[in-house]
Amino acid sequence: MMTNPILIAVIVLGAIGLVSALILFVAAKRFAVHEDERIAKVQEVLPGANCGGCGFPGCAGFAAGCVKAADGGSIEGLLCPVGGQPVMEQVANILGMTAAATAPKVAVVRCNGTCENRPRIAEFDGVQSCRVQHMLGSGETACAYGCLGCGDCVDACQFDAIHINPQTGLPEVDEEKCTACGACVKACPRNIIEVRLKGPKNRRMVVLCNNKDKGAITRKACSVGCIACQKCVKVCKFEAITVENNLSYIDADKCKLCRKCEEECPQHTILAVNFPPRKPKAEKPAEPATEKPAVAKAEKPAVAKAEKPAEPATEKPAVAKVEKPAEPKAEKPAAKAAAAATATAPVVEPAKDQDKA
Amino acid sequence: MKPIISLSPHVHGGDSVQRNMYGVCIALLPALVASICFFGLGAAVVLLTSVAACVLFEWCITKYILRSSRLTICDGSAVLTGLLLGFNLPSNLPLWIIIIGAFVAIAIGKLTFGGLGSNPFNPALVGRVFLLISFPMQMTTWPKVGQMTYHVPNYDNLLADGTTGATPLSIMKEAIKTADPTAAMNKLAELPKAMDMLIGQTGGSLGEVSALLLLIGCIFMIWKKIITWHIPVSIIVTVYVLCGILNLCDPFHYANPIYVVLSGGLMLGACFMATDYVTSPMTHRGQIIYGVAIGVLTVLIRNFGSYPEGMSFAILIMNGFTPLINTYVKPKRFGEVKK
Amino acid sequence: MKTFRIGGVHPAENKLSAAAPIKDAQLPKVAVFSMFQHIGAPAVPVVKRGDEVKVGTLLAEAGKGLSVPVYSSVSGKVSKVDAIVDASGTRRTAVFVDVEGDEWEESIDRSDKLVTMKDLPAMKAEEVVAKIKAAGIVGMGGATFPTGIKLMPPPGTKAEAVIVNAVECEPYLTADHRLMLEKPEQILVGIQLIKHAVNCPKAYIGIENNKPDAIKLLSDLLCEKAAQYPGIEVVPLKVKYPQGGEKQLIDAVIGRQVPAPPALPINVGAIVQNVGTVYAIYEAVTKNKPLIDRIITVTGKSVKQPSNFRARIGTPMQQLIDEAGGLPEDTGKIIGGGPMMGKALLNLEVPVTKGSSGLLIMTEKESRRVEPSPCIRCGKCVGACPMGLEPYLLSMLTRRKDWDTIEKNDVTSCIECGSCSFTCPSHRPLLDDIRVAKQTVMGIIKARHMESIKK
Repeated sequence: MMTNPILIAVIVLGAIGLVSALILFVAAKRFAVHEDERIAKVQEVLPGANCGGCGFPGCAGFAAGCVKAADGGSIEGLLCPVGGQPVMEQVANILGMTAAATAPKVAVVRCNGTCENRPRIAEFDGVQSCRVQHMLGSGETACAYGCLGCGDCVDACQFDAIHINPQTGLPEVDEEKCTACGACVKACPRNIIEVRLKGPKNRRMVVLCNNKDKGAITRKACSVGCIACQKCVKVCKFEAITVENNLSYIDADKCKLCRKCEEECPQHTILAVNFPPRKPKAEKPAEPATEKPAVAKAEKPAVAKAEKPAEPATEKPAVAKVEKPAEPKAEKPAAKAAAAATATAPVVEPAKDQDKA
Repeated sequence: MKPIISLSPHVHGGDSVQRNMYGVCIALLPALVASICFFGLGAAVVLLTSVAACVLFEWCITKYILRSSRLTICDGSAVLTGLLLGFNLPSNLPLWIIIIGAFVAIAIGKLTFGGLGSNPFNPALVGRVFLLISFPMQMTTWPKVGQMTYHVPNYDNLLADGTTGATPLSIMKEAIKTADPTAAMNKLAELPKAMDMLIGQTGGSLGEVSALLLLIGCIFMIWKKIITWHIPVSIIVTVYVLCGILNLCDPFHYANPIYVVLSGGLMLGACFMATDYVTSPMTHRGQIIYGVAIGVLTVLIRNFGSYPEGMSFAILIMNGFTPLINTYVKPKRFGEVKK
Repeated sequence: MKTFRIGGVHPAENKLSAAAPIKDAQLPKVAVFSMFQHIGAPAVPVVKRGDEVKVGTLLAEAGKGLSVPVYSSVSGKVSKVDAIVDASGTRRTAVFVDVEGDEWEESIDRSDKLVTMKDLPAMKAEEVVAKIKAAGIVGMGGATFPTGIKLMPPPGTKAEAVIVNAVECEPYLTADHRLMLEKPEQILVGIQLIKHAVNCPKAYIGIENNKPDAIKLLSDLLCEKAAQYPGIEVVPLKVKYPQGGEKQLIDAVIGRQVPAPPALPINVGAIVQNVGTVYAIYEAVTKNKPLIDRIITVTGKSVKQPSNFRARIGTPMQQLIDEAGGLPEDTGKIIGGGPMMGKALLNLEVPVTKGSSGLLIMTEKESRRVEPSPCIRCGKCVGACPMGLEPYLLSMLTRRKDWDTIEKNDVTSCIECGSCSFTCPSHRPLLDDIRVAKQTVMGIIKARHMESIKK
């Protein structure tokens, strides 16, 4: 039988095409993944940095988490630390919820052990990594809790917001860039960095020390270490300060920024950040002067940005008065609770706080 | 006193990159002397040019293009690349070709990938293969052994120069191509004596001459713990066994395996090129797999490919497989239970 | 010559103090007893400020779980119970005793007379173990694992070989070597006690070939008195680091490899004891003497008289250095232990503990690490690793923070012997990275474990 080879080819190919199309069609129907379109919408408004600061693996994970929580009834406790309040409001709009008000936060390095304040008693030789140096006990200085200065936090920061100051050997947070994602908190083997409330006008009181040793030992190691003398506790009228494990801690929720503790602290451990200079005699350690005032609220960024970062706050625009009261939870880092002397692996996740709230 | 603190170990064995690189260079010395004896001044000129060009390119590129603060020419890797490249060239190669080869080896073969330790392919071989493909005529024209002066090549009339000699490899290749068994047999009979090939009285590239001296260099490296025996031995044994099988099946067309092992760049490749740290597998198991594969590829290319010599291609191909071998071939863990 | 099968390196031996007989170190003025001289839970102090103590008085009882008691090695008054920085650089609770005189508890037999098995009253295995436990003995090679626990094989396992670790593969250290030369018979009696305690007929003494005098002395003794010390064999081993590692030693002596954790040496029928521990067991059982002193090598190329001391636990390192000719001018590093696995100390106030096998002084020049250069992928670290790991890969993955892959590449098997860093021609700090990786992966595994328990 004579058959046209062209015809055979066309028929065979056509048949193959048809069968394949059928298989594809069935597969597409059978294995179709139904994704909630809200997830994609939420993800669109997220910053897309995939920093993990929310506690979810990346922004997609957070979006899915938000949708799931919304189906459960509430998205409270979920927060994108990078986007902050505005983004959360958008997310809430998409999901038909109301966003819980959250106050902006910032990473704070709780150590002031500069080269002058804290003498080096040994020389570290090895990989420039805090985690490696942390394995050598107290490291280069006698303080087993203080900053090691190798910059693990700098490596961890995705926003270029933390840098080691070569003069002091300590990391400094660029408040404008810091998104409070908490990556540095996790990277620090000594749990020195804490994500704290930015405070009204970025003003806040901070205990710049992480040393849980007894006073005498601390004093030997560092001239600005907290010696747990309790003076700040006594002077505080608002019961905002507690001393635990030989270390003073200021609860940012209760603190009314009266600055009494700063005056009282004999070691100059407690520091008022971003306050206008009070009197000429009120001396300030050099370090915080370089801290820049940051944008507090997204509504008026232009005003805040116009501020000169060099001079810490003569008078600042009254941005952001609203944030403070709404913050419901006690903002104690998990580090405090698990204040074991051997802080091997950084386990503190700021997101945990939010989960509980 | 501020004590120094660091994690253990607090002592180091004293090994260094320089020690290894210059160790290989020292292992190449006997063969170097021999090649100068056999090929005369030409060999010295080729080697000098190649080494000088490699070091110069490395220095220029790291300093002016990469602007790295680290001076890498002291680690000896550029010298070694230059030496190995020179060993892969005929002694009457025009200098400008050598310089192109050195540039390709250092700039493209090594530094584009990030310098020593990051290059996926052996830089000297990259240079050689580049030249072999770009200048096939010059690269496969070898002077006869025993010319004591540097022969200024006559570019216009290179082939007609009348000084070229057949290498054992080309003889073997022709024998394979010859259909008639008797003619092939006669062709094979033209091969020099095995003893001559061992000592080096044959034509070829600089490093293809004296298998014995290369072997001595190899044993020196193993003794100094610069390399382990796994790669050279597995390559040589594989080639010997495979060619032995071919020879047994068809002794008219395929040469005695002794000749195959001693001829061409096999010794140089097995002892010095394939053992390059950067491009060979890390584990002993992996090294044996790598060596056997190079052996198989070499035999395939030499006997069934179009080129008479397959060593450099075989090594380059297996260089490409090295990351794969490193990923899948793990050393035997302590206390590992066989499943 | 026997040795372990995978990897290993051979560092320069530098046994400077091999010919120095053991000297009794002077009594310290203040002795400091850390509560954390062993692996496990810290001991709990039972004395308080102002208490009078004698040599051998209980200072702290064993804590909960894995722990051992601590005894006073001096007589005097407890001045305080406070924190000190110990050799590992962490702060630990410690008992400080102001030394007055040298008064011993009466229960301790202070004579030098050799007590053999015949002289001892018949004891059950459990009694021997109980005595060892009560004496506060820990592994004295440096691991400081409570010996009493090790001598109680878990159900389902049986000790088939007692292996005495007399390898001393760390360069510089000679404490075990001297002990074998000076107290050979006591050690043999100690081995018999261990054999009795774990009901095992066979014991091996693994000694590296660089101590021929010790090998000869012990072999001759065993030949002479074969009837008195049955079932003990001296096994000369090829000099290779880290042969003193428990797993490596078992492989070298009886050719069995302990599988990856959680398997223990006893799973292949082996019990390994350091020769110093064996001597401590002898003293505890026959002389009723708790673990209050140990042999420690004070050495270094710049040290005037490299020596071996019998030092009371709690003696500050400073005093030992003074007795060995003082701290040299150009000191760069002070190392507690040997150069391969020892810890760099911040100062010399650190006291001697149960696990201090040596004090090594390195000059400034020796101490500095060479600047690392890029990895040339030579694979020498893979060849050197005694656990069959790939240090280059683990180090690279650590820099990339790829913890999952690191875990798959068995980082937890690493014994931190340092062979990889030692051998690296690029001077890369491989072990530093691997330690970070190991710590992180251990943390991840622990977290996962906790989560599975929760569920």
